[in-house]
Parts: sequence; structure tokens; C-alpha cells
Amino acid sequence: MRLTLRIWRQKDANSPGQFVTYVKDHVVPDMSFLELLDALNRELVERGEEPVAFESDCREGICGSCSLVINGIPHGPGRGKASCQLYMRHFRDGDTITVEPFRAKPFPVLRDLIVDRSAFDRIMQAGGFISVNAGSAPEANSIPVPKQNQELAMDAAACIGCGACVAACKNASAMLFVAAKVSHLGLLPQGQPERYRRVRNMVAQMDKEGFGGCSNTFECEAVCPKQISVRFIARLNRDYLRAVLLEP
Amino acid sequence: MILDGRVPPGPLEQKWDRHRNELALVNPANKRKFHVIVVGTGLAGASAAATLAELGYQVSAFCFHDSPRRAHSIAAQGGINAAKNYQNDGDSVWRLFYDTIKGGDFRSREANVYRLAQVSVNIFDHCVAQGVPFAREYGGLLANRSFGGAQVSRTFYARGQTGQQLLLGAYSALCRQISLGQVKMYPRTEMLDLVVVDGHAKGIITRNLLTGEIQRHAADAVVLATGGYGNVFYLSTNAVNSNVTATYRAYKRGAFFANPCFTQIHPTCIPVSGDHQSKLTLMSESLRNDGRVWVPKKKGDTRPPEQIPEDERDYFLERMYPSYGNLAPRDIASRAAKRVCDEGRGVGPGGLGVYLDFSEAIRRLGIEVVRERYGNLFDMYREITNEDPYKVPMRIYPAVHYTMGGLWVDYNLMSNLPGLFVIGEANFSDHGANRLGASALMQGLADGYFILPYTIGDYFARSKRTRPDPDRPEFREAEEQTRKGIERLLAINGRHPVDVFHRELGKLLWDHCGMSRSEASLRHALEEIPKIRERFWKEARVTGGPEGINQALERAGRVADFLEFAELLCLDALERRESCGGHFREEFQTEDGEAKRDDENFCHVAAWEYRGPKERPTRHIEPLQFEFVKLATRSYK
Amino acid sequence: MTGLYALFRSTVGLKWLMGVSGLVLSGFVVVHMLGNLQVYLGPDAINAYAESLRKMPVLLWTARIVLLVAFGLHVFSAVRITQLNRAARQHQYELWSPQVTTYAARTMFMGGIILFAFVLYHLAHFTFGLTHPEHFQLHDAKGRHDVYAMVVLGFRQPLVSLSYLVAMVPLLLHLQHGVSSFFQTFGLNHPRYNGIIRALGPIVGLIVFFGNCSIPLAVLAGLIPYPVVGK
Repeated sequence: MRLTLRIWRQKDANSPGQFVTYVKDHVVPDMSFLELLDALNRELVERGEEPVAFESDCREGICGSCSLVINGIPHGPGRGKASCQLYMRHFRDGDTITVEPFRAKPFPVLRDLIVDRSAFDRIMQAGGFISVNAGSAPEANSIPVPKQNQELAMDAAACIGCGACVAACKNASAMLFVAAKVSHLGLLPQGQPERYRRVRNMVAQMDKEGFGGCSNTFECEAVCPKQISVRFIARLNRDYLRAVLLEP
Repeated sequence: MILDGRVPPGPLEQKWDRHRNELALVNPANKRKFHVIVVGTGLAGASAAATLAELGYQVSAFCFHDSPRRAHSIAAQGGINAAKNYQNDGDSVWRLFYDTIKGGDFRSREANVYRLAQVSVNIFDHCVAQGVPFAREYGGLLANRSFGGAQVSRTFYARGQTGQQLLLGAYSALCRQISLGQVKMYPRTEMLDLVVVDGHAKGIITRNLLTGEIQRHAADAVVLATGGYGNVFYLSTNAVNSNVTATYRAYKRGAFFANPCFTQIHPTCIPVSGDHQSKLTLMSESLRNDGRVWVPKKKGDTRPPEQIPEDERDYFLERMYPSYGNLAPRDIASRAAKRVCDEGRGVGPGGLGVYLDFSEAIRRLGIEVVRERYGNLFDMYREITNEDPYKVPMRIYPAVHYTMGGLWVDYNLMSNLPGLFVIGEANFSDHGANRLGASALMQGLADGYFILPYTIGDYFARSKRTRPDPDRPEFREAEEQTRKGIERLLAINGRHPVDVFHRELGKLLWDHCGMSRSEASLRHALEEIPKIRERFWKEARVTGGPEGINQALERAGRVADFLEFAELLCLDALERRESCGGHFREEFQTEDGEAKRDDENFCHVAAWEYRGPKERPTRHIEPLQFEFVKLATRSYK
Repeated sequence: MTGLYALFRSTVGLKWLMGVSGLVLSGFVVVHMLGNLQVYLGPDAINAYAESLRKMPVLLWTARIVLLVAFGLHVFSAVRITQLNRAARQHQYELWSPQVTTYAARTMFMGGIILFAFVLYHLAHFTFGLTHPEHFQLHDAKGRHDVYAMVVLGFRQPLVSLSYLVAMVPLLLHLQHGVSSFFQTFGLNHPRYNGIIRALGPIVGLIVFFGNCSIPLAVLAGLIPYPVVGK
């Protein structure tokens, strides 16, 4: 296949960026999208140009490093996968593909397709944990957890922290991410003591980072590589109201 | 030199408890005066950094990812072992210990492995308390699955994402300590050198991957938790950025590298499909619980699998290893797959693949149960191969997955360089010549949560050294060398991207030092590696400059280290003239093709000492004493 | 951040304010439409209804104050959250292909502005009698404020009718997204009921749309006579 790629190039956070068009031949359907970029980069280096900077690591959809907006969709077309799991068989010979970085004020572009997602870490530091020191845990089976709660907590915990929810939201809202974290811990008995404090602090940090609000468009759920449900956002809303109005 | 692992005396069951009572303590007020550097934030690094901080130490944690949560531990799928015996099937600490030491083909330290089995229960309790959503039964209690190399069900799991969930647990503990100011986190920072002051590891040199700034960091101790070196093979199941740089550069500063030839080939990976491929994808070992592995009985049988009748199929694992069947350990299953493919009975393109068939499981359990157990893995497989495993059997082939070798450490997880602690996959300790499934997570967390936090205090209490000034000449020299190394890479005046050389190296190693090795193949590799290295330094091109984000430069440094390290790997494989676990020397096999150990001459750890760029490294040994188990020929038949 | 203050400051709090006020306003819109539909029952029915409201000043003024507060909160939260949302994405995508975001969801703020303008006009027309004072001063035979006449005479003017009809489009879209959204904002999301919840917005929106639009259209078509002959 031969493809035309329009890729966002930007030298660093302070420089303006622009689209640069590349034509890529010899694209194989079994290639992943990132392998396509690898191949392009090899050609660029052979020509003495600087390769396109993009993030990736595990390349099996679990580390959450990859962060491309492909043809206007975070992680590209198709449900439930990260950019690294997108295969070229979903494109046709002659297609033009536009590749942009995630765009949100709290995710500044650092170079080309790399953005800074440290805001997510700071949200986690604000309360995304259960305070338990190593050595102080009770016997694992001493606290039963209903299977359905554990399953639901696992649905939420599957979040890979890639930020596609933010990238897809018209408001650059991080609600799906925060909701997934809050729900994962809030659904388990171990997470109860800090449940309301957690939601209060994480939402405060989320706002402080400059993410927008949720408008219930559910775009986040549609692009989430782990298909995390917006029902967790509903849970967060519920927990938050109680947290600020009733809990100490 | 004969190395001493400093294994404490006494009965096996009491060694760790007694040792803990004898370890010197640091009082709480003094703990905050000690500063620890932790490099790497995977399961081992994050759990260690968090736990040390909980104890009151000042911790600086480093990772090259944008966030500590992205370390490659996150990709572990199957599960974590703990000797809980919740299934009432006869499990015990002893059995977990014995399975692990036997699985490792008797090439690990008894005392270490026993301790690992002991703390497995504490780790598991702790992870549950952190909110890791492990699978449960309807009664609300924890569920188990079976895993390779064991006849009891002791593996706990969180769907196919156990590594991710455990890492998120450790990461959340780390986040808590960062918010409390006990840990200073340095993301996007790569360690490029170790600083040794008066024989003690006292700091590191790093490059900020955003700005390119080279920095010196001094501390009272350095902990390396930088993972394994499987990517020396280029194609492996490791994340594409996993590398040997931190441990290799520590090796060049005097830390001994132990058993580098112990590399694990995982039997169930998606076969290679073409040259474009950047990594191989693992299909969790848990699939072997319900999937049956087979190839056609006839050579060159190209019929589609559904047209091959039952009696013309060879369920070779069930045939060769009736008591473990499809759950034979990884090294055994991998070699068996290679053997049938070498016989010309492999399936798929190039004949490099065997079937992993779920049709019987779907008939027995129903498609819904299969979907619930393995749905995400099936989806992953379908996306990559464009084949539906609910309808046609998966095709799998072995691939490099884990490295048992690593920096040498004693019972306290301290390397031969005092003050340098090495934990997780980066050290060599607990898995011997082959790691059992669901044991890597256990070991990383054991080291980080429950072993290092005790033993590091002993080092602090006994060595009265203080943190050196980062302006000392040792730091300046190390920084200078790092800068020169970077300049040297940027000055190579060729035209090929570094990947070209990396891939070439990987292919050479896979062919000559992969699933099976021989004296001839290893000598060949040892001849070829320097040639590739030489061409790398002439023909590579590293674009960009030393400042700012420069992924080409990051990769070049890592590939340069792989090109040196590969030689050490082959040298170790050459010198270990026996077959054991993942190290299979063709000259040393039984009549039916099983690994043949040489306990008389090789019942030891080989630890290599760096002597200089052109010098042959020195091979030291640490004899392995087996006081409590009898060395036996491993049999899974 | 705790207490009511948090509701005004945080994005999640603002959504609660918007949701609660929106629920009140939607309820009003539905009740208002039901009241208006009495125009089909003839002058006596609707004028009596208007008179009965006027005779319960406590109820009427409570309702008016609640509505005014809800309206104020709705506008405040909308303006504030839109500011925050726009600040959160300053650099737009070159290419954006939303997968599920509806037109209604995307245009809530613009629609809101149109509705705001419409409400002012509507109040000026029927509540304060500013635009057509001559219709506003009519009384029926029983001496009651002649709402019926006011409505019919007002809608006989094509431009007035047209402005009402046009305004019903953003109201439809606003309800379509807004009504389903309350549930989500109030934390009511369950796979078992999501089908109904997601259908409810469009259903309420369409009922209000057709109910309200029918009146000016019926007037223009001459189906609602004035003066009423034969009585």
C-alpha cells in the first residue's frame, strides 16, 4: 500500500508546529500503526532528517504510552484499542491519514506527537490510593468482596491512563480517568475509609490542572482503549455531591 | 574468586526470620537522614521506593517513562503466586519453594527461593489491602487459576491484567509517598552511569530526556530495579524501550553480572509475521489451562486445522509430559515446540508455529465461559493476526520473554559493590535457569515490599558513611564520561538508523544463542558481534543534538550497550557447558532431547567481572549448596 | 473544598447546579406547555386557569422565585463551565471526527444563548405586555384577564409566530441532551435503564416541541378562532 501521512511536527513546547506531508510506500496490512511510523522514521534517518517523535512502549495496549489522534479520532478508528493495536489493514491503498498529538491545555505538546500527561500523575497523588503501609495488611480472605463489585471495580481499574478520554472530549475533560480511579477504589471495602476524601481531592486537583467539565457527550467512552463505561462518571458525580455536602 | 552469597545459617524455614532478627536497625529519627536512589519504577522499584519512604527514608525515584505507571511490569498478564492453599489442594510454602527451585532447574539459591515462597503470602495480603481487584468467587473470597510447572492452583489473577493491577497498586503507594514529600519522583530521566566512591555505590548520573541535561545525584545507597535485558534479541515480548543500560553500566563500574545466559523463551507468543515487526506479543500462559497444543502428525501437512482429523493430530505436550500436559514449564514447552517445528511439522507461514486449540474447551465450558476467561486475549490475538481464535486455533511460537540472569546480589540483595542493591528482574537471584509463570510479579514485589526494606537498613547501620558531595571527582569523572559517550554517538558519521544494527544483533543471537545453543554457534556469534559493533560505530546515524527530546540518541545509547552486552551473554553461554532450564546446549542433552545438567561442574552461579573494553571479563563463581532439597533430574513426565 | 461553595467552584459542582436548575426549568417547560394547550379547550378554560393561578399568590410567587433562581443558576453555571471548557482546549484539532457526540450536545451553549434571548422576548410579550400592550389589556366577559385573546391575537401575526416556532428548535435540542443528562449528572446510570434514560431526552424534547409549535400553527391555520362565535 501507498499512504500519504500528514503529521504534526513541532520542535519543542515553545515553538509553533505545522503539518508535514510524507508519502510512505511498501505499507503492509499486518503492520501496526506504530510500526508504520517506525518504518517512516527509518526512511527519514536514512535521508538525514530527524525522525518523528512519538511515545510508545509495550506495544500491546496496556502501558498507555501511545497517544496519537489519527484522522480526528484518539487512537484512530475502531473501538477498544490503543494506537499500537491499530493495524494497517483498516486503511486502503492511497488513503491520506492525518496524525496529530492529543490536544488539551493540561497536556502541552513537548515535541511532534509527544504530550506531557503528568497532570494525571498529580491527580493520582492527590488521592488515588488506599493508605496502607507494607506489613500492616490483614489476611487477604478476611474481607470478602462481592464478585459483582470486584468485577465492576476491575472494569474501572482497567484504565491504562493514556488520556484518550481527555483528547476526545470537546471540553478536554478528565472525568472518565478520574471517575475510573475513584470508582475502582470506591467499589472495594478496602477503599471505603478514604472514599469521600479521595473524590474531593482528586476532583480538586483535576480542576486545578485545567481540565474542562463533563458535558455527558460520552465521546470518552467511545474512544477509550479499555472501553471504560461512563457509568463511573455517574458514580463520581454521586460520590462527589455527598463528599462536599455531607462528609466531614 | 569464590563469591559468598552470605546465606544465613540455620534450618531453611528459620533462615529469614532469624536473619531479620539479626539485621541491624536504623532508628526512626535517623532514617530520614538517609537518602536512597531507586532507579526504575516497575513492580520492584515502585514497591521499594514506596516502602522505603513509608519507613522514613528520603527517596529519589527515577524512570525513563513519562509516568512511573508505564513500566513494563504492567504487561504481565497471567497472575501472581502465593502459597495460600485457599484451594485446599495441598499447597504450602514448601511446595511453592520446591516448585520454584525445581522449575529453575536447581540453579538458584535455596535460601532465597524459600524466603520468596514465605513472603508470597504477605505480598498477596498487601496487594489486596491496596485495592487490587483480584478475581473472586461468588462467595466473595479469592479465586485461583493453575499455571505452568505446578500441580496446585495457587495463582491469583486480575483478568489478563494482573501485572497492570499490581503495578497500579505499587504506583498508588508511590503516589501517596510523593504527595507526602517522602519520594521525589524524576520521570523522563534515564540513568546513564553509576558513581562509585571508595568502593561504595553512592550516586548516579542521569540524562533528563526532556531537556538533555546531564545531572549528578548523590545518595547513601543506590537501588537498581531496571528490569531485564530480553531486548538484546531485538524481537521479544518486552516493551520496546526496555534495555540493559543501567545494569550494564553498573557492571562496567564493577558490579558482577551473573548468569547472563539464562534467558527465558516463552512458549505462547504470536509468531513473527514480517520484517516490519517491532516486538512480539505474548499470549498469557494461562491460556494453556484450557487450550491444547498440537501439530499435525504428518510432515508438511498444509490442510487447514479443522480438516485435520483428531487421530492425525499430535498433542505433543500431553504426549511427552503426561502428568503436566499443556502446563509443562516454559522452557520445556518451548523446546518441545521448537522440536516439532524442526521436524517439519510446524504450522503457519514458514512452519514456525504450533496450534493452541480451544475448540475442546469451548465444547466443554461453552463459549461464554471461555470468553469470560480469555476474552481480552482472544481479541488481542484477532486484532494482530486477523484470525478468530473462537473459530480457528491460535498459532503460537516461542519468543524471548524474561531474563533470569542479572546483576549478582547476596542474600541481602546487595551486589558485590556495597551500597548497590539490585531488585526484581534486574538481579539474578531467585529463578535459577528458568522462571515459572506468575513468579516474576511475586519476586519483584517480594524484593520491594518485604526484603530490601529490611536489608538496606543493615547496610546503613553498619556502614557509617555519609552521602558524598556530588562535586567530588568521582561524580565529575562519571559525568564527563557520560557526556563523552553522548558526543561519540552523535559524531558517528554513517547513514543507517540504529535499529538496523539492533535487529541484526537480535537475529544473530536468536539463531545462535536462542532456544538452543552449541559451542559452534556461540563461537560464531562471538565472532560476529564485534563486527556488527564495529559497523555500528561507523555506519550508524544519530540525528539531532544532545539537547531536548532526542529519541534517536536515547535508542543509540541503549543499542550500543546491547552490542557489548551480547558478547557477555554468549560468553557465559559458551562457558556453561551443560544444559539447564532455559539454557540448552545441544551437546548436553539426554536421549529424548531433554536438558542434561552437570551438577558436578556447574552447580554454581557464574558472575562476570568487567576488566576493561578490550579485556575478557573474569568469571567468578558462587557455588550453590543444596542442604534441604535433593538435586534431581527435572521430570514433568 | 466543602459545602455549597464547592458546588460553585468545581466543575463537578457546577454540573450539579446546572443539572438541578435544568431539571426545574424542564419541569416548568412541560407544565407550561400543558397549561398552554388549554387554549384548545376554549377561552373559558384557559382564562380560568390563568385566574386561578393569580388567586394563589403564595404559590405563584414561590414558583416564580424558584424559577428565577433556577434560571440564574443555569445561566451562571453554563457561562462558568463554558469558560472553563474553552480554556481547557485552546488549540483545536485540524481534523476532529466525533464518534458519538450529538449535534445537540455540541450546541448546548449556543442554543442556550438563543433560548435566553427568546425567554426575554417571551416575557416581554406575554408576561409584561411590553411588545403588544393592546393585546395584554383585554378582559373577557367575566372580567378575567383574557389570555386566550392575547395568545390568538399575538400568534395571528406571522412574524411573531415564526419567532416562536424558530425558538422551539433550540429548545428541542436543549431538552434532548439536557433531560438525559440530568440522570448522568445525578449519578443515575445503570445498564438496565440506560436505554430509557437516553431515550427520555428526545422524547420530552419532541413532546414539548410539537405541543408548543402546534399553538401558533393552529392559530395561523385558523383552527383556534377569536372572537369565538356561537357562544
